[in-house]
Amino acid sequence: MNGLLRIRLEKRLDTPRWLGVATPSLSVLAALAVIAGIFWLLGVNPFLAYYRIFTGAFGSLYGLSETVTKAIPLLLCGTGLAVTFRARIYNIGAEGQLLVGAICGTGVALFVPGIPDPLRLPAMFLAGALGGALWALVPAILKARLRIDEVLTSLMTVYIASELVNYLVYGPWKGLRESGFPYSDKFPLSAQLPRLGVTRIHYPTLILAIVAAVLAYLLVQRTRWGFEIRVTGENPQAARYAGMNYLRTVLMVLAISGALAGVAGVGEVAGIHYRLRYPSGISPGYGFTAIIVAWLARLNPLAVLLTGFLISGLLVGGDAIQLALNLPAATVNLFNGVILLFVLGGDLFTRYRVRVEFPGRAMRRSAQPEREATI
Amino acid sequence: MPDPALAVEMRGIVKRFPGVLANDHVDLAVRSGEVHALLGENGAGKTTLMNILYGIYHPDEGEIYLKGKRVHIRSPRDAISLGIGMVHQQFRLVLSHTVAENVVLGLPRPFLFPDRPARQKLREFAQRYGLAVDPDARLWQLSAGEQQRVEIIKALYRGADILILDEPTSMLTPQEIGELMSTVRRMAAEGKTVIFITHKLNEVFAASDRVTVLRQGKVVTTLDTSQTDKLELARLMVGREVLFRLVKRPVQPGPKVLEVSDLDVLGDRGLMAVKGASFHIAAGEILGIAGVAGNGQRELVEALAGLRPVARGRVLLEGEDVTNQSPRLLAGRGVCYVPAERVVGTVPNLSVAENFILKAYDQAPFCRRLFLDRAAVEAHADRLIAEYGVATPSPETPLKLLSGGNIQRAILARETSGAPRLLIAAHPTSGLDVGATEYIRQTLLAQREQGTAILLVSEDLEEILQLSDRIAVMYGGQIMGILPAERADLEVIGMMMAGIHREGS
Amino acid sequence: MTIWAYILSALQAAIPAGTPLLYGTLGEVSAERSGVVNLGMEGMMIMGAVVAFGVTQTTGNVWLALAAAALVGALLALIHAFASISLRVNQVVAGLALTMVGTGISGIMGKKFIGMPPRVQLKPVPIPLLSDLPVLGPLLFQHDILVYIALLLVPALWFMFYKTRWGISLRSVGEDPATADAMGVNVFRVRYLAVLFGGVMAGIGGAYLPIVYTPAWIEGMTAGAGWIVIALTSFAMWDPLRALLGAYLFGGVRILQYRLQGQGVSPPLLNMLPFIFTILVLLFSAGETMRKRLGAPAALMQPYAREER
Repeated sequence: MNGLLRIRLEKRLDTPRWLGVATPSLSVLAALAVIAGIFWLLGVNPFLAYYRIFTGAFGSLYGLSETVTKAIPLLLCGTGLAVTFRARIYNIGAEGQLLVGAICGTGVALFVPGIPDPLRLPAMFLAGALGGALWALVPAILKARLRIDEVLTSLMTVYIASELVNYLVYGPWKGLRESGFPYSDKFPLSAQLPRLGVTRIHYPTLILAIVAAVLAYLLVQRTRWGFEIRVTGENPQAARYAGMNYLRTVLMVLAISGALAGVAGVGEVAGIHYRLRYPSGISPGYGFTAIIVAWLARLNPLAVLLTGFLISGLLVGGDAIQLALNLPAATVNLFNGVILLFVLGGDLFTRYRVRVEFPGRAMRRSAQPEREATI
Repeated sequence: MPDPALAVEMRGIVKRFPGVLANDHVDLAVRSGEVHALLGENGAGKTTLMNILYGIYHPDEGEIYLKGKRVHIRSPRDAISLGIGMVHQQFRLVLSHTVAENVVLGLPRPFLFPDRPARQKLREFAQRYGLAVDPDARLWQLSAGEQQRVEIIKALYRGADILILDEPTSMLTPQEIGELMSTVRRMAAEGKTVIFITHKLNEVFAASDRVTVLRQGKVVTTLDTSQTDKLELARLMVGREVLFRLVKRPVQPGPKVLEVSDLDVLGDRGLMAVKGASFHIAAGEILGIAGVAGNGQRELVEALAGLRPVARGRVLLEGEDVTNQSPRLLAGRGVCYVPAERVVGTVPNLSVAENFILKAYDQAPFCRRLFLDRAAVEAHADRLIAEYGVATPSPETPLKLLSGGNIQRAILARETSGAPRLLIAAHPTSGLDVGATEYIRQTLLAQREQGTAILLVSEDLEEILQLSDRIAVMYGGQIMGILPAERADLEVIGMMMAGIHREGS
Repeated sequence: MTIWAYILSALQAAIPAGTPLLYGTLGEVSAERSGVVNLGMEGMMIMGAVVAFGVTQTTGNVWLALAAAALVGALLALIHAFASISLRVNQVVAGLALTMVGTGISGIMGKKFIGMPPRVQLKPVPIPLLSDLPVLGPLLFQHDILVYIALLLVPALWFMFYKTRWGISLRSVGEDPATADAMGVNVFRVRYLAVLFGGVMAGIGGAYLPIVYTPAWIEGMTAGAGWIVIALTSFAMWDPLRALLGAYLFGGVRILQYRLQGQGVSPPLLNMLPFIFTILVLLFSAGETMRKRLGAPAALMQPYAREER
């Protein structure tokens, strides 16, 4: 690159511990700064915006409880994504799996008779998990059998799932008592999740989420399946060489991720809305936001327990400013995108030492090859 | 005073890399229109010197003169504009493109393509130098020799008067080598200056007018080729006793471990890469497969390791039919595979300990039911590290931080520690330094003494000759012949490598 | 209406329906040919749309709007290029992030445009003489100028890819950047330019929607077009001519969607059509790739770093 600034990336031999924690944090801060700038360009007062975000999320009991509530689907989806991304399978369809889970949960809640009351909720969760897992198997099979990239296929399943929900709430499942609204009937009491006090925190799902995160961590780090997942993600050639069954690995991680997203879907319809609604009324993009949750957690399910609440706080704050500053729901995408970009960029610092060079020095430097890693 | 009759004159070239003095005040004088050989062992500094001439490296000290004028070559671009062209050992060709597209790649003018002037020039080269190639052929369809021709054409097309060839014959059959040598002589006859780097003595005598011998970064001497002989050059090149003395004890071969009958294996491009291969290996025996890379060795090895399907034929392991079984099963039966590319057999980001259990992770003692037994994994790692002398700060260190030689040691440790029945080693010493190479070869011989059957694939004929009990040669996917090592004659092997000779196994 | 006329009108409508996809696909084909996947397509297209609409509302000048859309697409593409090429981060995630950013910003910017009647609209321009031809006339020659430009870009790009030195450099960078670099091609510059071109095309493709097709601003009006573009790029086998086929095919699916809706088929089910179709397209291309042994540019998604000499 003659004449241009040259950015030289030298692979780091090892990553100091503190960098692994500092970089995501700094990335988020940098991202927030940039978003502030974008707000200002768009005519939104950034200081007011951030003040509202913070107070909205953490400044009141309501805000805190909402943060916890919104964290539940993020934790579930984020944990699932952390597992799939570890295998380098990019499940972009978590949102769709969540919706399918919601559909299945609703189905069991309203249309399956003969289940004794105490078993209804577990049955709904089971159905949701199964539905989400099966929905995730579509991109899984296409990838494992036909080598079709899972990014696009999983994304397509989101749109299809979304339209499926639309079809149901405007069509066959339209509530008899909800005239005009694209809702299903309200769930019977046995299908409603208990909440914590006056908040909307449907704690059974929360417990499931925390347990899932811990189990996922153990799975990846301590079991032989987890070993296969890690090897497949790090070096698929070596995985083949070692005789690892790629098909099984792909199916397993996507099934897990789909199941967890499905559970999140059931949580939303059974814990918050008590009915099936139009897609964006169930999930404002939890499946996509979970990508950032997972990435920020550096694909560690235990860290997801942390980042999930963090991002959830951002979402709640975002809701607050939407109303106050007349911003559309799509604003959350802006946050997601910029944070993701910066986290990606920040990741760079943990993997490489970055040197910026000006042309003159570059000439003299190229006389001696770098002391690269010995491999 | 710089001599204008000299096409290239390099004076007092010094080049240092961390830890090694690659060129130590090297003087080189190449006359116009001559073919000049740069002879030396691996690591003697020949390639470094030529890389300096081509602008890839900058000398720490010294000067370069072309036809008596001082020049500063800062990059390959400069070199090309000065009329220097280089053909590297690894071809720089886009395999999916045509010859013509490859030849004009990177040239700014003319804008439109394909153009008549280009085709005209290609025809001209064919006539003048015998470099005939079909401009519309796709590179992957061509043989190594033809691809090399394209590389030479590329250099000539850019106006090279001085052509540097780096180890040009490493990928060629003897017949292609002959063609190359005659091409080189024709180019010199037409006034081009050719410098070629080699470590093979016959090539020096096949084409060069003069030869410069390098040893450990220094010039030993420059001689007229006609006034020296192989013995003298060998002595000058090596200058000391042969470094490794491998002790190869006679071993009584045991029962047959591997029996391959009439094997057909499909390659990547839909063509049969292995055709009708049949051979066997007994316990305590090393069968070396020689042959230029690309004649089916890779596909054969992958098929035996369970990584590539067998289209036809049978593979028997100790009498049991294991044709097309999974790598899992084969590993369980005692088949170990050291792949040619380290990246295939290791996970660089995982720790040394985890790499050790790459294949055994789901078996006791490393795994009980679902969970991995960390203590057992660590103990195993400690043992292997000590036994095989793998230099690593700790078993938890990521594998990628180890040196190439130590990574290979780790791979060997993993593969040989389980008392394998069959060990498949593909190019096990490529890219390694002398010490690591010696260690690997010793280990193979040690395994042989313990009764392991070993299949060794290597491009290094010397290695094959040193280690093998029997030698097979592959050409065009077929086994041309299998000879006991004592009867191995370079000429016969060379002919087999060229597809000319056949011999019963 | 006779069956024949019905089909013809459907085909004629398929072309403008497919035009945003054509622009996008031509752009993405160029980027991927250089080895970079740009999943930010959707974000770039929708930003192009919102910016174009905004500029037409304020200035009334369609051409200024298109230029602005192209610029915005290029700007976002520059970020993607920087992240993917210079910083060598994960291209998939970077692209996704950019789509999120684009979707978010366009939503914010577009809020005040909702419900606004368009100030200008690009009208079809029949080509004299040719538009009077019996079947081909209405089919091909009675469209707006952006359709014509896209149709001309197809052979132009084809020519550039296969018959010029630029094309050889571009394709070599995508197949074997190390070799291209060794031969003096500036890999970074080629990739940057290819990705920027992709962004420009995305912007224009997106702009087509509010300026010509649905003259209005609707939040999220691209409705996944950017993703369809990515699928079409594979389907097109990275070739401009097949891109044409794929884009208009999908235009046809859209038209089918509208027509069936008119017949009373449930809208959500119809909305699924393009996405199901996309999966089918991917299935088909995968099968074909395996059969023909052709494939993506060999270095696709692999960042290039010059080995330390």
